[in-house]
Amino acid sequence: MNVTTRPAMLDVARIREDFPILAQKVRGKPLVFLDSAASAQKPRVVIEAMRQAMETQYANVHRGLHWMSERTTEAWEAARDAVAALINARDRHEVVFTRNVTESLNLMAYSYGRGVLKPGQAVVISGMEHHSNIVPWQLLRDERGIELRVAPITDAGELDMHGFEALLADGRVGLVSMTHMSNVLGTYTPAERIVRMAHAHGARVLFDGAQAVVHRRVDVQALDCDFYAFTGHKLYGPTGIGVLWGRRELLDAMPPFLGGGEMISSVSFERSTWAEVPHKFEAGTPPILEGIGLKAAIDYVQSIGYDAIAAHELSLIDHALTRLDAVEGVHVLGRAQDRGGVVSFTVDRAHAHDVATLLDRSGIAVRAGHHCAEPLVHRFGLDSTARASFAIYTTHEEIDYLADTLTRVREFFK
Amino acid sequence: MNDSFDDLRDLYQEVILDHGRRPRHARKPESFDASAKGDNPMCGDRIEVWVKYAPDGTIADTGFQARGCAISVASADLMAETVVGRSKADARALFDAFREMARTGSCPHCDAALAEPMERLEPLAGVHEYPSRVKCATLAWHALVAAMEGNREASSE
Repeated sequence: MNVTTRPAMLDVARIREDFPILAQKVRGKPLVFLDSAASAQKPRVVIEAMRQAMETQYANVHRGLHWMSERTTEAWEAARDAVAALINARDRHEVVFTRNVTESLNLMAYSYGRGVLKPGQAVVISGMEHHSNIVPWQLLRDERGIELRVAPITDAGELDMHGFEALLADGRVGLVSMTHMSNVLGTYTPAERIVRMAHAHGARVLFDGAQAVVHRRVDVQALDCDFYAFTGHKLYGPTGIGVLWGRRELLDAMPPFLGGGEMISSVSFERSTWAEVPHKFEAGTPPILEGIGLKAAIDYVQSIGYDAIAAHELSLIDHALTRLDAVEGVHVLGRAQDRGGVVSFTVDRAHAHDVATLLDRSGIAVRAGHHCAEPLVHRFGLDSTARASFAIYTTHEEIDYLADTLTRVREFFK
Repeated sequence: MNDSFDDLRDLYQEVILDHGRRPRHARKPESFDASAKGDNPMCGDRIEVWVKYAPDGTIADTGFQARGCAISVASADLMAETVVGRSKADARALFDAFREMARTGSCPHCDAALAEPMERLEPLAGVHEYPSRVKCATLAWHALVAAMEGNREASSE
């Protein structure tokens, strides 16, 4: 029996059969979907799980004393267990469901920022954040006098660790809120080092894992971080369901974010008391079907395994860098050592939007623009880039086709 | 699979590629009477348009600086060419006609008096098949109208 090796590579052809949309044609050409970092396509098991829930066992959760509600509540709470297992949370009550990462980060800025941080303290973000990890902290700064500090990044597109540590030095930083993987550069930030440094200076750490959790196993206990946010729709699940994980004692100390049903223990006109976490942060009817879909997506990802996923994407990114570097006039943004399946690039003499339109004509979907990370794109002296992003269903042939088509784009704008 | 984007020639006509690559009016006039900035926040395109009026109130000169795609730069350049010598009201009417053409591909109700400038703007009619690109073509015009109305900023949203 061979126990020393295990198949690391994906059977991509088989995986592609799990995604009905990949059989679609776009403008008469096979769909080459290289925009999964914006939102990933959905496997049949996710579509089926949501359809089946609607057809056979749907009701509101945590309310009805009837069969349908009990079954739906079980399915909804099973999604919480699936998330807890996915990120190795110590306690399932540490998993708070939100609508998306943006809501998770706003929850943090509102509840932790206004309820726990004190005026005079500071929040540190980095120079490669998505707008959703910039704007909530600006609102907090302007309202509460909490300083916002931005850790610099290098020309290679990596976090400048000396610059980062310097921001922590005065001990006034209460929270570091940082991307775990850049949605523009594909850079992984050195999460363990960030946490060690921050904790040494008395700061808590929140990671925006919107991209990271798609490409690599995330273990919040191993990272030793304090909060972690991600979203379902980039992880092959539905839109409308996001996650905020936090250490139980920290979540317990935070005031509620939104008020309403579900999040209370008792209500009178004089005062109300809050439910225990996570329900304290889950006001109103939650995205029930989306939670059921997210569980199906997590089960699907787990069945493939992160070892195989990470190996596949590493191979894709190596191939993409080799092929794109070989196209004259195409320039890849960022040269991080540790990176995931996202590549941003510019094309000489052609604006990113024109590039995207030409690629679209060839059936290739990419994103073009500032990718909701304007300060980062400006950091590199640009207004926009084109971005190709990869998923478990992406093939090496699709990357070849992208590179070949970019050669023709160059010809077109010569 | 080895075509040369021939089906994109409706959108990227030679006139567009030429004006996008070598705009004739991409400059700030030495003196001007009005100016406005425009930007498409969703895609990051930015433009600034300057207008100089003749003593009779007609547009004597316009120039622009743009950071954007071939469509937006070419459209700004063709706009600068076609509005010179027109009154504000005429330029505004031309914008309305152009916007309809960019959205629908034609302008059946357009004033016959606009036939000549509309013919020069016609190469941009192809954008109507690309809804996400229509705002690229109209951004410069929004900035021009804002400048003529005394506003400093415009948005094509």
